[in-house]
Amino acid sequence: MTVTVPSGSLARGRALRVLRAGRSNPTLAAGSVVLAIVVIIAVFAPLLAPFPADAGNATHPTQVLLAPSSAHWFGTDEVGRDVLTRVMYGGRTSLEIVVAVLAIAAAIGIPLGLIAGYFGGVVDQVIMRVTDIFLAFPALLLSLAIASVLQPSVGHMILAIAVTWWPWYTRLVRGEAASVVRRPYVESARTLGVSHRRIIIRHVLPNAATPVLVQISMDAGGVLLTAAAISFLGLGAQDPTCEWGLMVSQGATYFTTNWWYATFPGIAILITAMAFNLIGDGVRERLDPKRVLSR
Amino acid sequence: MLELRELTVRYGPETAVDAVSLTVPDGPFGVGLVGESGSGKTTIARAIMRLVATSGGSVRYDGEDVLRARGAALRAYRRAVQIVFQDPDLTLDPRMRIGTAIAEGMRAHGRVSRDAASARVATLLTEVGLEPDHAQRLPHQLSGGQRQRVAIARALAVEPRMLVLDEPTSALDVTVQARVLELIAALRQERSLSYLLISHNLAVVEQLCEQIAVLYHGHLVEVGPTAELLERPAHPYTRALRAAVPELDEALPAPAIRPDAAADAAAVTVGCPFADRCPMVVDRCRQERPALRELEGRRVACHRAEESIELPRESPRG
Amino acid sequence: MSLIVRELRIGFGERTVVEIDELQVGDGEIVGLVGESGSGKSVTSLALIGLARSAGAWVEGSIQLDGRELTSLDEAQWRQLRGDRIAMIFQSPVSSLNPVFRVGDLFVRALRLHGATKAEARDRAARAMREVVLSPELLRRYPHQLSGGQAQRVAIAMAVALRARVLLADEPTSALDVTVQAEILELIQRMRREEGISVLFVSHDLAVVAGLCDRVAIMQSGQIVETGPTAATLRAPTHPYTQGLVAAIPRLGGTHA
Repeated sequence: MTVTVPSGSLARGRALRVLRAGRSNPTLAAGSVVLAIVVIIAVFAPLLAPFPADAGNATHPTQVLLAPSSAHWFGTDEVGRDVLTRVMYGGRTSLEIVVAVLAIAAAIGIPLGLIAGYFGGVVDQVIMRVTDIFLAFPALLLSLAIASVLQPSVGHMILAIAVTWWPWYTRLVRGEAASVVRRPYVESARTLGVSHRRIIIRHVLPNAATPVLVQISMDAGGVLLTAAAISFLGLGAQDPTCEWGLMVSQGATYFTTNWWYATFPGIAILITAMAFNLIGDGVRERLDPKRVLSR
Repeated sequence: MLELRELTVRYGPETAVDAVSLTVPDGPFGVGLVGESGSGKTTIARAIMRLVATSGGSVRYDGEDVLRARGAALRAYRRAVQIVFQDPDLTLDPRMRIGTAIAEGMRAHGRVSRDAASARVATLLTEVGLEPDHAQRLPHQLSGGQRQRVAIARALAVEPRMLVLDEPTSALDVTVQARVLELIAALRQERSLSYLLISHNLAVVEQLCEQIAVLYHGHLVEVGPTAELLERPAHPYTRALRAAVPELDEALPAPAIRPDAAADAAAVTVGCPFADRCPMVVDRCRQERPALRELEGRRVACHRAEESIELPRESPRG
Repeated sequence: MSLIVRELRIGFGERTVVEIDELQVGDGEIVGLVGESGSGKSVTSLALIGLARSAGAWVEGSIQLDGRELTSLDEAQWRQLRGDRIAMIFQSPVSSLNPVFRVGDLFVRALRLHGATKAEARDRAARAMREVVLSPELLRRYPHQLSGGQAQRVAIAMAVALRARVLLADEPTSALDVTVQAEILELIQRMRREEGISVLFVSHDLAVVAGLCDRVAIMQSGQIVETGPTAATLRAPTHPYTQGLVAAIPRLGGTHA
């Protein structure tokens, strides 16, 4: 029996559900709103920014280090570029970095964790020892090492951070997978003759994913800060790329006389990292208690 | 036909199953495996399903070695023998719809079109007493009894000839139990199934099995036809087990054997494993382990089985 | 020592899960409270020992132990009462026994809480263990080193040593082997015979209740649907639910393959 529902009321229903969800979880709501604003600004930067050319190589020797004014809301930097524009474009860089790092780390870490947890024994041992080795590297030191070998750049920085990030996911997933594997429904699948691959994808992954999803959402803020720190040290993004950490570093020299240069990128880092953290907390709130209740 | 020969399973220093030999003939036929905690009955079930590594002996199905089977032979075995677990809560993947879960086994053994699968699922659901539209539901939307029925349907989907039922109703309420047991009895007739029914509940086993095998601490102590075994138990442990079951119309059974000092007992290597608690123990019992031998149509492992079988089935006080 | 329950209502938030008009356990009586899962029998026994509120339930009505009203007691008063007058044993004996302490220490602490000196406590503990046919040596073990049956006997021994007059037993043998169950049931009968303890035996197992209890109350969806002397009630049940329960029990010597 099919029921036709007028499309208008479907949309209204969905909107109501979103509103209700927002009220029940203000952390998630607040973080989402802020992040949404950041994302929109970043995505539409070419359209919204007042001086798009300033995001690149443009220099304006006559407008060096101007204080914030109606023409330049955030002032200008030491080669005359509009700071507001560069902060907006910096958002794109930061988001790219966060998404890329988390995607790479998840793509490496999750499958390894599933395999280690599912098969156990020697496979588990080997994977976990490799994981331990990578866990030993702090992101900063590894970037230093990579920067000394390769040219420092955003791309290499993403690689460096991702390489130090994936082991955490492997650990998390392995623990969950190992407990899921013991459950009767996985044993049933094995006795039914279902292949290992299918069992891992259809049973273990969905049931082991929750903690890792929570962790990923909580990690976004951390990745952002790590990238900013690495760029701040000159090991990541290089001029003329707009990257908040790099801008803070460049602006630090002028801080006592020209406060705006370092401050606005700094505030951008703060707000975005906070938004990510609020979302991470909100996601954890939503998923964890449900897990406890529904076992 | 499933044949266990001297099946042994060890977990480190502990022997969970000690040289158990047992046969489950083709259906319709039920063999009950009874024992208390630590008897090894669940371990045997898991060994048969290749869920646990064995330390000795063999399991053969239709003459073929099952434990070392690979490829096509293994696949064939997986279709022939299926298991239903005890816990209705975790026996189904909480994130998988019922219909998908039931069809999973079908898909593992060959391509099935979506329509064909849906049709089979609907038939199976009806066969186990559920509605076809339950296929869209998630496990938490069903009761414990219903979930066990789904587990049975899932096992039946690959058209097995034998089922291993590990305490299939122990976690269910008594009224629900009765209905699930009726279902098992019906399926046995309709599909000519054979099964190994593991239970600690003698009444359940009596209802569904032609033959009973009694386990004590990993050892097979008595095997025989149900009615005779329960009416005239040969092994003292069987008698104690039988006598300990509280019955509705009788006074409470007096405890027939000494408390199980399970926390103290080191593995018994010499003599009968039951010697410490047996009311009929003599010196020989502690020195020589009784072998399983024929007696009045059954197999018993007891030096004094001839006397024991003549004793009255312990009549309760009162 | 008698326990009289009247107009008892227990619930969680807006949901009422128990509505008992009357339930009594007389002096030296063993009363069975039978129900399936969700019947409310466990919550009822928790309420009788004052633990329902800490589980998040609200409790209304009257529970009188020898004339003393229990529903108005505060936690300090309950702590005095528990063990001393009314004790409880659970399905999982390890719930009653704190796993980080040796059993003997738990025993002695409980006794000292109710006024005994250390020496007295040790002495009473040893005696209580012998009453339940356990070697006092076992007092030196940790709970996980005891078998299920031994742990349950220890829990009963504690109730006896504390001289509780009323014992609430919530499915005490459901998790035990049938041979061990027989011993525990015999122990409970002996406690009643020799010490005059009154028992409320909560269970889903009609056969056990039939053999053990003088009277039985059948619970369904939070209400008592039938009550009366055990033998008569189970032989000729009047309520359809009771009839269903009796009919559903697999019986030995009944139909077989």
